[in-house]
Amino acid sequence: MAAGCRFVAGYPITPSTEVVERIARRFPMMGGIFIQMEDELASMAAVVGASWTGTKSMTVTSGPGFSLMMENIGLAAMMETPCVVVNVQRGGPSTGLPTMVGQADMMQARWGSHGDYSIIALSPCSPQEAFDLTVDAFNLAETYRVPVLMMMDECVGHMTEKVIIPPADQIEVVPRKLTAKPPEEFLPYQLNGGSAPEFARAGDGYRFHTTGLTHDERGYPVMSAECQEQCVRHLIDKIKLNADKIVRFEEEGTDGADVVVVSYGITSRVARMGIELARQRGVKVGALRLVVVWPFPEKRVRELSQDIKAFVVPEINNGQIVLEVERCAAGKAAAILVPHMGGGVHDPNAVCAAIVEAAR
Amino acid sequence: MSTELEERKVSPEEHPIAPFIRMDRMPHIWCPTCGIGTVVKCYATALAKSGVDLDKVSIVSGIGCTGRVAGYMKLDGFHATHGRAIPFATGLKLGRPELLVTVFSGDGDLVGIGGNHFIHAARRNMDLLIILVNNFIYGMTGGQNAATTPLTAKSSTMPFGNFERPFNLPYLAASCGATYVARWTSLHIRRMTWSFEEAIQRKGFRFVEVIAPCPTLYARLNKLGDGLDLMRFYHDHAEIRHGADTREVDIGYQDRIVCGKFIDEEHPTYLDLMHEHYHKTLGDRYVPMPPEGGWIRE
Repeated sequence: MAAGCRFVAGYPITPSTEVVERIARRFPMMGGIFIQMEDELASMAAVVGASWTGTKSMTVTSGPGFSLMMENIGLAAMMETPCVVVNVQRGGPSTGLPTMVGQADMMQARWGSHGDYSIIALSPCSPQEAFDLTVDAFNLAETYRVPVLMMMDECVGHMTEKVIIPPADQIEVVPRKLTAKPPEEFLPYQLNGGSAPEFARAGDGYRFHTTGLTHDERGYPVMSAECQEQCVRHLIDKIKLNADKIVRFEEEGTDGADVVVVSYGITSRVARMGIELARQRGVKVGALRLVVVWPFPEKRVRELSQDIKAFVVPEINNGQIVLEVERCAAGKAAAILVPHMGGGVHDPNAVCAAIVEAAR
Repeated sequence: MSTELEERKVSPEEHPIAPFIRMDRMPHIWCPTCGIGTVVKCYATALAKSGVDLDKVSIVSGIGCTGRVAGYMKLDGFHATHGRAIPFATGLKLGRPELLVTVFSGDGDLVGIGGNHFIHAARRNMDLLIILVNNFIYGMTGGQNAATTPLTAKSSTMPFGNFERPFNLPYLAASCGATYVARWTSLHIRRMTWSFEEAIQRKGFRFVEVIAPCPTLYARLNKLGDGLDLMRFYHDHAEIRHGADTREVDIGYQDRIVCGKFIDEEHPTYLDLMHEHYHKTLGDRYVPMPPEGGWIRE
């Protein structure tokens, strides 16, 4: 709401429903509309539709609903529609552990819809960050015209902690980049060197066309390998070429470290204790906490891999982000997974043991 | 007395509905004697006659032959995912309530894969005009069976004839709460145009089904001739029965097609009900979404 969101479509799913319940209560008093749709396919489609009116839009879900949303997350990526999708992750696959924590949708967030495209994914580790990063999520969605995925987890989603909400005038909000061009000069998908095109909203007389088909700068479908190259390359490049601006992480104690723990979400807080325990045992260990997970901080992981023995990657899944760490480390440093199948968080001793083992 | 007809070259741009069409996208992909183009012509004519502000008209299609309409009409046009035209349109309408939103798509898209969205939008009386072109088959993908294929008709996935019971769409729409329900064939140009005109002026979930020939697949697989033969069939077998009980308008294979305006009622729309309810329960605390959308102005 602080970020300017005024349309939310959702479908009830544990453990995310508190978010829409709160929105349903607040929106009628602030000029917003919440609608409970018939399923997550419809929720995501409605979010994309609403965003084309310029109204900032969001949906909230968990694993099974996230799967259904993939279809229209792909549409949002292809149509370059700014929107935010919150996934409060639970244990999977399938119905899995509806009320218990998981972090196993991280690769789905990146690759879940068919075809090549780019998204941005954030991972908050506290209620305060859940607030701050949601504002950032909307701003990133506007800046790059992409779906931004808030990859929460059940623990952070249900956590009670102090949250400071700044006064509205101190919250930076990026408005929709509306075109100033007259309709006859406007091209809805004009390429401009790897950044997002200007936006025309429905109902302003631009009479534009947009489609999920491969399209040219006019938004018209063109079925050719050349147009596919241009269209898809643009979807990927606008994130790739701006990755340095988007990537965000927190780093602590990595100078002179032998081991660096890479973690995100609730696991970053559990890992902190594992790191303390390992330090007590004399291991030089640092921490890299991913705030933005996608795009991945390739450059930093690559740099660190020159100087350390190993990365330790605890995550509540059987190894997803560790694959990315391994790819970037490219054999220069080991990438050691500390898996957890979900339903709870890691035992800090397990993280500590992995760090100690990795430092040998 | 004889009159000499003056031969005159007519450019495509002079066509009466050219201003409604993206002429830079012509020729279209539809087969010769396909019925979809006729329905587009009637809708464009109805828009012109209705005098609505075209800048405020959005058109949403899903996937399929009829799904291409949103891309050919010179309106704010959205070519969404398969089956999701109605929820996409719901977002458009709620995101900017002043818009007049038309969903223009096919039977496979709207009541096959999108059936759930269709019934729920009708139940909510969402303010959408739904134009459904029913050609009894999946055309774009090569003639597979649809939720509307009449019993015993052949399709590429029912090569020995269809044994699945099809939907009776006016009955489906009516029973889910549609406020306006009509059916025509693509032969009924004037009546269809008049229905569109009327439906544009109404509020709520308005549903117009248009039976149209698919010469390439439905007609060929069933040896029914070409589009013109099907138009003759419509001429001989369409029965106009305004106000007919929708339970009795189901379509059998090469059977009579009941046409007409079946339902024309006024009921509060989703947004009407929402405003009324929040005004009543929240009083002055209720802040409605502005008609031009809930966006943050700089």
